[in-house]
Amino acid sequence: MHSASGTGFNRFTFPDLKTVLAKASPLRSGDLLAGLAAETDEERVAARYALADIPLKRFLSEALVPYERDEVTRLIMDSHDYTAFMVVSSLTVGDFRNWLLSDDATPATLKALAPGLTPEMVAAVSKLMRNQDLIAVARKCRVVTSFRNTIGLEGHLGVRLQPNHPTDDPAGVAASILDGLMHGAGDAVIGINPATDSPDAMIELLKLIDDVRERLQIPTQSCVLSHVTTAIEAMNRNAPVDLVFQSIAGTQSANDSFGINLALLAEAQQAASSLNRGTVGKDVMYFETGQGAALSADAHEGLDQQTVETRAYAVARAFSPLLVNTVVGFIGPEYLFDGKQITRAGLEDHFCAKLLGVPMGVDVCYTNHAEADQDDMDNLLTLLGVAGTNFVIGVPGADDIMLNYQSTSFHDAMYLRSALNLQPAPEFAQWLRKMEIFDQSGRTRPKLDGSLTQDLLAWSGAA
Amino acid sequence: MVGGGIMSMADDNPNVPRLDPWSRLRVHTSARIGLGRVGDGLPTSQLLEFQMAHARARDSVHMPFDAAMVAGNLAPLNLPVITVQSRAANRAEFLQRPDYGRKLNAQSETGLFDAANNAGANTSPDVVFILADGLSARAVHENGADMVRQTIALLGDDWSIGPVILAHQGRVALGDEIASRVKAKISVVLIGERPGLSSADSLGAYLTFAPKPGCSNAQRNCISNIRPAGFPVCDAAHKLVYLMTECRKNSLSGVKLKDNFTARNLVETTLALPE
Repeated sequence: MHSASGTGFNRFTFPDLKTVLAKASPLRSGDLLAGLAAETDEERVAARYALADIPLKRFLSEALVPYERDEVTRLIMDSHDYTAFMVVSSLTVGDFRNWLLSDDATPATLKALAPGLTPEMVAAVSKLMRNQDLIAVARKCRVVTSFRNTIGLEGHLGVRLQPNHPTDDPAGVAASILDGLMHGAGDAVIGINPATDSPDAMIELLKLIDDVRERLQIPTQSCVLSHVTTAIEAMNRNAPVDLVFQSIAGTQSANDSFGINLALLAEAQQAASSLNRGTVGKDVMYFETGQGAALSADAHEGLDQQTVETRAYAVARAFSPLLVNTVVGFIGPEYLFDGKQITRAGLEDHFCAKLLGVPMGVDVCYTNHAEADQDDMDNLLTLLGVAGTNFVIGVPGADDIMLNYQSTSFHDAMYLRSALNLQPAPEFAQWLRKMEIFDQSGRTRPKLDGSLTQDLLAWSGAA
Repeated sequence: MVGGGIMSMADDNPNVPRLDPWSRLRVHTSARIGLGRVGDGLPTSQLLEFQMAHARARDSVHMPFDAAMVAGNLAPLNLPVITVQSRAANRAEFLQRPDYGRKLNAQSETGLFDAANNAGANTSPDVVFILADGLSARAVHENGADMVRQTIALLGDDWSIGPVILAHQGRVALGDEIASRVKAKISVVLIGERPGLSSADSLGAYLTFAPKPGCSNAQRNCISNIRPAGFPVCDAAHKLVYLMTECRKNSLSGVKLKDNFTARNLVETTLALPE
């Protein structure tokens, strides 16, 4: 039983840890839908007072989802590094926020601490943090990964080139790949959401990307975002699989609903690693997450949507991913109602993942039934650039014609790199210069008459 | 002239940024490629075009469902038409409480069966058609009645057809409760899909055998993207009739219903977005 210790509001009591966490969470529609949100603003802040007094150690002794029946809980508990945790082991959640913002929490200290933190500790402290706190601390956490290039370095911003097409038409996909490369996008990955989830469709698209990558010696990686079992089948057929993709969530039952478990992810990681296709590094996994996924599968186990989302990052970090991104506005207004809620969730997801040592990027996005527009996306994109997101998504004109939602555009990424002086992955930036897509001062101003750009145009059918 | 739209931008105006030379590849995709640039930003014409598409999509979500107009378009069928409402009282509630959109409100719950009886509708029909606004009333206004008419025209005489139900603030699963109350063997829910930027008029068709509250999406077959520039109504109606025939013959729907239908321009998924 927890109560708020501040004078005058002891009338609020919270029966257990998960209730304190849920009621302390900033307001969002998904928690209202689940019946977990605070009833009043006063109760919400009272819950934060109660949460601030809870020792971090409590999260090691009290599992929010029972250890016996949830493999994500077992993963979190069994992989916890108590030695790494020592530096903050005596702190409460409130103290932990103070410490994170202090000069003691340097990039090196935070990196060393990551294996000592559990998702629940991180979710808890995020609920006591304002947006600027989430940005200020995330900026200090660098998580660097590599495959054919290096992603997540300070002062850099990657872009996933997302050339989706409603029928996977190769000419249509190629046209969008060209468009993205000409805007300097594609260092994080050239990653297609296929319209059809089958090994044949996956292999055809993989070959398409591999063809242009080999032809122009592009230092990047490809991915077709099919189900992990489809990728395993494609690898069995010797397809050129760079990265294995999977959507993941924070409970065993939610992962069940995705048709996955930890053993299956391990099998896929091993299969992709054994192909030895990386030249700079061996991070071969790509995960997507997003608040509301567990609730929509009715598998949230009574946890608020931000806490259960954070547990998905424990799943991610167990498999050394190259890329992870939250798809923050995709799920719809019943989980994140408007631009304010999407912005908050995007910053929370990025912060929580980074603090846990997960290489987080963000799909800054919205749907047409959410109360949000491009101004909201501009704001969140800029905030995430300041916070040091590893990458964002690039879609032609921000309009994903396959998934019917709006993400960020290639132009948006150019704006962000330019406004905050952020560079693409170093290997990719070098390639952009060689291609004369970048000019001498590093601006995206492609020269279209060079032989290499002509070759790219010819590949896409535009020359 | 004010309000001339994008076409008013003269091609030879030196102040208008040019499209990228590869914009001709748009013959292969409706993706917004080759938009040109101003510095790192988007040219004014492209900015406004996007805003217009977003405005239309949002208007489709928030447009009130004009059930009387749809009923008028259904009149030639001579079928009883009954209007119901889900537990979601308005759009804001509908958007935030998907569970409300899956249940009838108290009045519709108690009155539906009698209303059907009083209207002289078939009791225990083979199929009931349900038109719900979903996330785009515009999709139902523009394609809903046409889809019902063309589908019924293709069905054989041995199909008994229940009343046509028009549902305000409805989600797909609302059809389960409606169909079980009018005792239909099969339900066909025609519902406005979540609008994309360039597809504000997209209708979805969901077929369910033995519909009753609690049915899962795995028990449904879906035809998506029904609209003139997507999967046109005439093709979609043929496909729906094929699925309905197989469904009745095999007494099942969903993932186990083998879909061997082939037609030009097929855009089909067994499972669409969670509703």
